[in-house]
Order: sequence, then structure tokens, then C-alpha cells
Amino acid sequence: MNNKLGVYICHCGGNISDYVDVAKVKQSVAAEEEVFLAKTTMFACSDSTQKEMIEDIVANELDGVVVASCSPKLHLLTFRAVAERAGLNKYNYVHANIREQASWAHSDDKSGATAKAINIVKAAIKKVRFAEPLTPIRIPTINSVAVVGGGLAGMRAALELSSLGTRVYLIEREHFVGGRVSQWDSLFTTGETGKELITRLYNELTEQKNITLLTGAEVTGFSGSIGDFSLKVRITPRYISGKCNPGELKKAIEVCPVGVADDFNFGLTVRKAIYHNFPGEYPQAPVVDLSNCNRCGACEKICGNIDFSQKEEVIEIRTGSILVATGFDPYTPADGEFGYRTCDNVVTLPQFKRLIDMGEKMLIFKGREIRNIAYIYCVGSRQAEGENKYCSRYCCTSTIYESITVKKKFGNIHNFHFTRGIRTYGKQEILYDESSRQGDIYLQSYEDDPPAVTGRNGKAVVTINDILTGKRELEVEADLVVLVTGMVPRNDNPVGSLFKLPKGRDRFFNEIHMKLRPVETVIDGITIAGACQGPKNIMESVNSALSAAVKSYSYVSKAEMELEPVVALIDRDLCSWCGACTSACPFEAIRKENESGKPVAAINNSVCKGCGMCLPVCPVNAIDLITYSDREIESMIDALA
Amino acid sequence: MGDSGKKNARILVFSTEKISDPAIDMAGLLKLHYPPTVFTIQVPCSSGVKPKWIMLAFEKGFDGVFIAADGSDCPYGESCTEKTGQIVTRTHEMMKVKSIEPARLRMAAICSVCSEAFVKQMKTFNEKLLKMQYA
Repeated sequence: MNNKLGVYICHCGGNISDYVDVAKVKQSVAAEEEVFLAKTTMFACSDSTQKEMIEDIVANELDGVVVASCSPKLHLLTFRAVAERAGLNKYNYVHANIREQASWAHSDDKSGATAKAINIVKAAIKKVRFAEPLTPIRIPTINSVAVVGGGLAGMRAALELSSLGTRVYLIEREHFVGGRVSQWDSLFTTGETGKELITRLYNELTEQKNITLLTGAEVTGFSGSIGDFSLKVRITPRYISGKCNPGELKKAIEVCPVGVADDFNFGLTVRKAIYHNFPGEYPQAPVVDLSNCNRCGACEKICGNIDFSQKEEVIEIRTGSILVATGFDPYTPADGEFGYRTCDNVVTLPQFKRLIDMGEKMLIFKGREIRNIAYIYCVGSRQAEGENKYCSRYCCTSTIYESITVKKKFGNIHNFHFTRGIRTYGKQEILYDESSRQGDIYLQSYEDDPPAVTGRNGKAVVTINDILTGKRELEVEADLVVLVTGMVPRNDNPVGSLFKLPKGRDRFFNEIHMKLRPVETVIDGITIAGACQGPKNIMESVNSALSAAVKSYSYVSKAEMELEPVVALIDRDLCSWCGACTSACPFEAIRKENESGKPVAAINNSVCKGCGMCLPVCPVNAIDLITYSDREIESMIDALA
Repeated sequence: MGDSGKKNARILVFSTEKISDPAIDMAGLLKLHYPPTVFTIQVPCSSGVKPKWIMLAFEKGFDGVFIAADGSDCPYGESCTEKTGQIVTRTHEMMKVKSIEPARLRMAAICSVCSEAFVKQMKTFNEKLLKMQYA
């Protein structure tokens, strides 16, 4: 039994100490018989505190350590490593979570939070008394990563993983890869188009033999755990076989009687039920959208490659890690929000970007040439009343870039920006300067007094109490109002529920720690990248994609990985073999053995997963689970009571 | 039951490391408040909770025990819910022998993102236990 313990209680800046009296916690636990030293620390995870812990362990020959701080999901491994560096077995460390389960959960009750924190730390002290030196178990891993989402982030992550030598399954729900970026034209800072970026990535993807690209593919089933996940993927056919004759295909599309709002152009145009991809989308093969096809048969009579006999199929993929890069949805304003859908000349930023791309000599919307453009910022972001409190990060830069582009491309355009303060951070600030130099007008209002849009003589009139001119009421008669819409989590994203990925207050997928573990999730082996995690520009998405790729690679790159040495342990003196444990074990890890003529249960440690299902069924209580033994759990119950 | 006139009941939660504990952590992150007399002990799987641990919790003075079960999300297999249910049934029998009200042991599936469900369970269980206290 360990009886020379070190206990560290973290302030976590003020995250803990704002609500928990850490000095009182220290005072209470220092009185425990086994505690040799107890300290409070501003940041237990800081280098200096880690160094101090190592010095304490070595100098005082401590045989167990407790750190009371944040969730073990965040720093259990950090402090185990501290123990190891001090020459202590890492399993002689026990973590006490007094942030998520005390200070934050009970920020409304400081004395209650403090009392709870004291009990939590005391329970950890009781547990570490019984901790024993252990050796991790090693299991084989499947050297492959499934990347879910074939947009820019997913494609870039797939290429990185491929270059590291890992097999990659790139799974895209749509029939074309490229995601949102394929819809964008010229991009800041390089002037490259989204189509060009996607073309380059797609060409590289197709050259990699260890990447399997699945389009029209949706993950519908999920099981397993880190190192060996199993995915069921439903693949919807394109209903086209072989390569179509371009002339026949063109005619087949022309005769299709169905008209569907084209998502690629955010509903500005109409496409047919059989449709050809846009130049920036890949694979460059047409698709029959069966959900909208009325099966009139007109296209089949013209193009022999149309094949309605193709069937949906479900394939199974086994993979060591999963990287989720499912992207975002642009915010859709409510009807009437700044004149959206109630005023004729109001569009969103994504629609405006497509309008610029589609326009040739003149910028035309609904048959009328556009000269005066009003941009209303922060629509769907930084909401005072709504759920989206966050800044969408990309939209100020994107809007100003488009306002410069539209002027260069079409000339004779006047831009009026109705902002809540411009956030063109970093290098993007030069765009703001360029826009100001070209004569764009910037007006600004507070969140509680936004601009208003009304229709007048076929135009949209935007009025504002402009704080830059002492709250003067100003108005602009605009040919087009662009609502600068931000990013929201994808509305239709079932993989989040399937994988049970936690979401944050912003409803995007949540990482374990924003700063220290920014691409890992609490589901071991699953990483997140790109805008499914929160608003990001392209550069930031690629940064996170590369980070997630390397993290996923770290799970699968070795032939085996370390797992907790948590296995069942049989007390052979007590056991007289009844077989109940064998029946309860879902992994066939328990067999019958003879010990000096007495039949007893024996655990196969390489098969046992440490679930503990065998524990409660034993009629003589002959089974313990390592690190969850009776004496550990019962002493914790005693400390918490 | 413990002393009458308590502000909150003392509840022991057996939560699972991979499934319900992330939800309980996220409840904290989201500042979804519940009684501070709720304490958790983490186990790998809810079907590995021994009835004797639950009985000890009552003996030591906990008003209620809540098993935050993995349900269909259990990484160890589909039998989890059924097996956890059997543990509850067996423990209820043991509780009757000791004249402990079976309603003081509750089980519900709490998935890894079920923070709100967890908080709701804690609040309703707390209210139920407090009512029993005055019965």
C-alpha cells in the first residue's frame, strides 16, 4: 500500500479557483494520513509545475501522486508522464476532476463546489493508496484511416496520410468531391480559384494507390474501438455506366423535364435530375439524382450509358482511426431577416460569390444590372439574441475581397459596407486598406441597433444610425443587398450522432482542448478537422486537417498500440468454477483450468478487454478488475459518502 | 434515508469512462448545474458494477445510487443494457432484504453527448429522493 503521497490542487487560472476554495481543499486533504505533501498551483500542467512535481517525487521518494485539476480526458496522460519521468510507475498516479465535475458544474454554488472538490480529492487519495505498478497491454492496430468528408480539409488530410504510408478511405456523401471550396472562384491571397485548388488536390489523390475514394457514400454503421473500427458505408450509384458520349449526354440533359434548385449555385439556378458536374467538381462524370427523377425514360432513349439497373450497395471498412471533416452550412437567414426572401434584391454572401463567378461582362441579378451594392455584416454570427454568439471568422475578409473583385471584374460598382466592426485579422488587413483606397464606404452600427432593409421602387433601401458619424441616420439605395452570412454546423450530419461526437455550446463538434489537444475528440481514435469543428478560413482548415492527419497517423502507424492494463483478475482460492463468468464474457476471454485438481476460471489477458462484465455475476466475489478492485472502489465510496 | 431537512440528496453515480463520463464533463463545460452532492465513480462499463458496491454506498449514507448506463453505445457489446438491468434487479432484491426503498437505485442510459439528459436525471432523482426523505 502506498502511504507517502503527493497531492497537487490546481487553480487552472481561475477556472477552478473562481468557484472552489483551493486553499481549503488543500488544508482538508493535507490532514489525510497518507498525504506527505499537498500543494496548490496556478497551472498544474505548466512546465515549471511539472518540473516541481518531479523534484518532489524524487526528493521525497513519494510512492503515489494525485493531481486535482481538469478532466482526465485532458491531462491524465500528462501527469502519468510526469510520474514516469520521476521514476514512478505511471499507474501510481490518480487524477481528480474538480473542474468539469466541480467548479464548472457548480459555479452557482461555491461552498457546494468546494465541499464536493474535497470529497473528490479524498476519494482519489484513497484510490492511489492501492495503486500498483503495472505494464500496459499491447494490441495490433489496422494501419488505415477513414476520412469522412471529401472537401478541401478531407482531401488534404487524405493526401498527407497517404504520403505517410497509411491506407486511406476517403468517404464523400455527395457524388463530387471538393465541398464548399469547389464553389468559390478567386481566393485571397493567391488569386487561385477554388476550382483550381480542388483540381490540383484531386489529381494528386488519383495518383495515390493507397487512397480509395468513395463518392455518393454515406457512413451508416459504426462499431469497434481505436485501432480497429468497423464502418458500414452505403454507396448510392450514379446510374451511369462507362463514359458517356458528350453529345448524347448533352441532349439527354436537355430532354429531362425535371427542374431542381441547384445547390451548387445556392438555388440561384435550376438543374435537371440528370446533371453534369461543374468544371471544378470531381469525378467528372454525370449523375442521375434518383430522388428527383420521375423515371420518364426520356434520357435513356438518347444516352445508352444511363443504367437504372445499378443498385445501392453497403460495404464494410475496417480502419484504425477515423478523421471527420464534414464541413459547415452557410447560415440561412430567416424570412424577412434584413429583407431576405421578402425583398427582391437580397442575397447571401455565398450566392453573391456564385453571381460574380457566373457573371461575364455585367453583374446581373434577376435581369437587372447591379451598380450599388450594400453589404450587411454579421448576419447569423455574433447574434445578440440568437444562438450563434460566435464570430464566423472568414466573412469580413471574404466580403471585402469580393467587393474588390466585383469592382475589378465589372467596373462602375459602388460598395457600401454596413459593419459591426471589421475583423480582417493578420495579413488580411491589407484587403481592408485596398478596399478603402478604392473608395468603398464603411458604416457601422451596434448590435442592438442594426441596419434596416426596406423595398422602394424596385430597389432595397438600407438605413443605419452610423456610429462613425455620430449616429447620423444614413441610407443607401441599393440594387443588391448582400447579407454577409456566417457558418453554422451542418444541419444534416448524421455521423456526429453515429460516432457520438460531443458538440460545444456553438453546436460544432468539440475538441478535447482548444489549445492543447485541438483535433482530438473524447472518442479515442477519432479526430476532427476543418469547419465541422467551428468557423475557419481555408488556411485554418488545412492547418487543422494536417494536424488531424498526423494525430490519426500516430494511432495507426505502429503495428501495435498500448492499452490500459485493465484486465480481470481471478482469486483462485475463492473460485470453484461455476462458469457464470465465462457466460458473461462477450470476448471468450475466460476459460476453465485445473489448479492442483481444482477447476478454476482463468483469464486470457490478451483477449480480455477489461469491461468488467464478469465481476457482478461471480457468486463468491472471486473476480476483481485491475485498477477497479473492491478495495479501490469501496474506499472511494467511503471517502465520497 | 439520511437526515431530514437536507437541501439536496447525496447521490453516487457510477459513470462509464468512454460514454457517460464525457457527457457529465460536458455538462460542467456547458455550466449545466445540478446538485453538488452528486458524486461520480468511473468504471469501464456499467455492466461491471457490483451490487455490493451499491449496497455499500447505501450503508455509508448515500441517499441514492444512479447507474449511468452505456445503453446501446457500449463499446464492449450489445449485451450491456440487459446485463446492467440484471444488476439493478439483483440489487433491488438485496435492497428489499435490507428494507431499502428500491426507488433509491436508478439506472438510465446516458450517451457521450447526453449532458442535458444527465442533468435532468440528477435533478428529478434529487427531487424524488428529497420527497422520499419527508414521506
